Amino acid sequence: MTITSPPAAAGRGSPPPRRRGRGLAGWGFISPFLAVFALVFLAPIGYSVYLSLFQDRLIGGTTFVGLDHYQQAFHDPKLWSGLGRVTLFLAVQVPIMLGIALLAALALDSGRLYGRSFFRITVFLPYAVPAVVATLMWEFLYGSRFGLVGDLDRALGVTLPDPLSPSFVLAGIGNIVTWEFVGYNMLIFYSALRVVPHALYEAAEIDGAGQWRIITAIKLPAIRGALVIATVFSIIGSFQLFNEPAILKNPAPDAITTYYTPNYYTYTLSFSGRQQDYAATVAIIMGVITMVIAYAFQLRAMRREE
Amino acid sequence: MPGATDAITRPRPHATATPRIRRRVHSVDRPRRSAALTLLASLVVLYTLVPLAWLLISATKTQQNLLGSPGIWFSGRFALWDNIRETFSYDGGIFGRWLLNTLLYVALGAGGATVLAVLGGYGLAKFDFRGKRTVFAVVIGAVAVPTTALAVPTFLMFSKMGLTNTPWAVIIPSLISPFGLYLMWVFAAEAVPTELLEAARVDGAGELRTFFRISLPLLAPGIVTVLLFTVVATWNNYFLPLIMIKDPNWYPLTLGLSSWNDQAATAGGQPVFNLVITGSLLTVLPLIAAFLLLQRHWQSGLAAGSVKE
Repeated sequence: MTITSPPAAAGRGSPPPRRRGRGLAGWGFISPFLAVFALVFLAPIGYSVYLSLFQDRLIGGTTFVGLDHYQQAFHDPKLWSGLGRVTLFLAVQVPIMLGIALLAALALDSGRLYGRSFFRITVFLPYAVPAVVATLMWEFLYGSRFGLVGDLDRALGVTLPDPLSPSFVLAGIGNIVTWEFVGYNMLIFYSALRVVPHALYEAAEIDGAGQWRIITAIKLPAIRGALVIATVFSIIGSFQLFNEPAILKNPAPDAITTYYTPNYYTYTLSFSGRQQDYAATVAIIMGVITMVIAYAFQLRAMRREE
Repeated sequence: MPGATDAITRPRPHATATPRIRRRVHSVDRPRRSAALTLLASLVVLYTLVPLAWLLISATKTQQNLLGSPGIWFSGRFALWDNIRETFSYDGGIFGRWLLNTLLYVALGAGGATVLAVLGGYGLAKFDFRGKRTVFAVVIGAVAVPTTALAVPTFLMFSKMGLTNTPWAVIIPSLISPFGLYLMWVFAAEAVPTELLEAARVDGAGELRTFFRISLPLLAPGIVTVLLFTVVATWNNYFLPLIMIKDPNWYPLTLGLSSWNDQAATAGGQPVFNLVITGSLLTVLPLIAAFLLLQRHWQSGLAAGSVKE
């Protein structure tokens, strides 16, 4: 999956034609990375595939079961409910988050804000906050006892929906994730907007284009690559959702099940259920689904360009 | 890094526009500031700051006051120093141990990840060798593999090697940052002129010596960016230590805080919310400080990454 084409000999002058010594030196520089990469990426993937094809029994040892685990997964309501949940999360949270991030980036780039650098750095700060701490903070704020929700309830004499209740907890998680990553995505978009030649805007203005026209006709197409990358990363992130529900499990035990998201389910299977073979199978299925969806999105988004 | 991205030629604002033809004193580059837009933007700032303000205010309250006063304003005794003291002394001073563990994981994990990404990115950018494209495709493909999908098999592998429940189980997986490698590649391609390397080779300098004497100083801004991002990733990691580490003595801060938070939910557990909150504040402050102090660097690195599409 190529997110962006590698900078083929970018910069000043292309690398010299390959000579034996040169090629060896190139391998020399990249090999430390590749060695560790093989250990922590490639080996576990291979091991997962192996685990998913075998069944470990106390009696009879390890036997080859072929695709039995995969069949089991396709008929597993727990996996499908988790998958449905992260898909819903993806469909609602990602557009909201990226929408706010894009508007914020456009506002920054327009140069019409007072206190631009303050705005930029402040909105980015949550990125430096660990997911654990972000979730703990929001958990307290959501609390009806000494949280913000409780304060608002008392101040206004109303009962707001409880973000930790079964029907609202997914929205509560969506808000936490949005809070964490709006600034990060804003910065990605803003960095991309910064390199759009200003002469284009000048020309458009002389042609009588308004601000919105400039945004839709020049700015958005110019940062298409950044929009695609941010969306792909957000898709991957949604499918991996784990930290926030895992930390909210204790304060909201009725709302969050042990198979709340596919990742949570893998974790439960592996560490409470001792079903490592099946956990590896679920992990592979999720990995494949994630890659297919991310890749399909990218292809479509990039094809529209032509 | 003003200069790299600002190198676009900017027309001078029309200082003397004749009012009858055009009343634009503000050009595209110097638009009029807008109060309405600023007001809208401040909503986003407010949304960002409310939880952080709440954290700061709550860290000044005692456990009793936490439960009995409105969350978003100060009340009762100013207990911040007591809370910090108690955070470091509670449970035999384990919070300090968690802090040191986190620093260890960050120093070795993020430091190592940066070294590997710098060497690898430079190798990919400045050398041509067979299989280069394959390397790139595999590494970028790996970005799409959910890290949590790798965690279970990695755990099983490490437990066979006897690495689980040791710092190595957290440090080794932290050493790989595909994003860092990509960023370094883009950065090295731009920042290190090939002619300079050629000249060094003509003078008979070896590749390693050329790298250390010529390329490394040129790569410095990119290195700071990669380092900052790997530090954040390692400092904030939760899932990896959660599955690898069982012994509280090896917990990083994130795991320790969530274990304190869970205490309230366990039967007979003593709720220590004031310590969870104060500990959270102490966990967040170093990173926020690093980001504020090193603003220039990471923003320029990000910009370099976004130039190439």
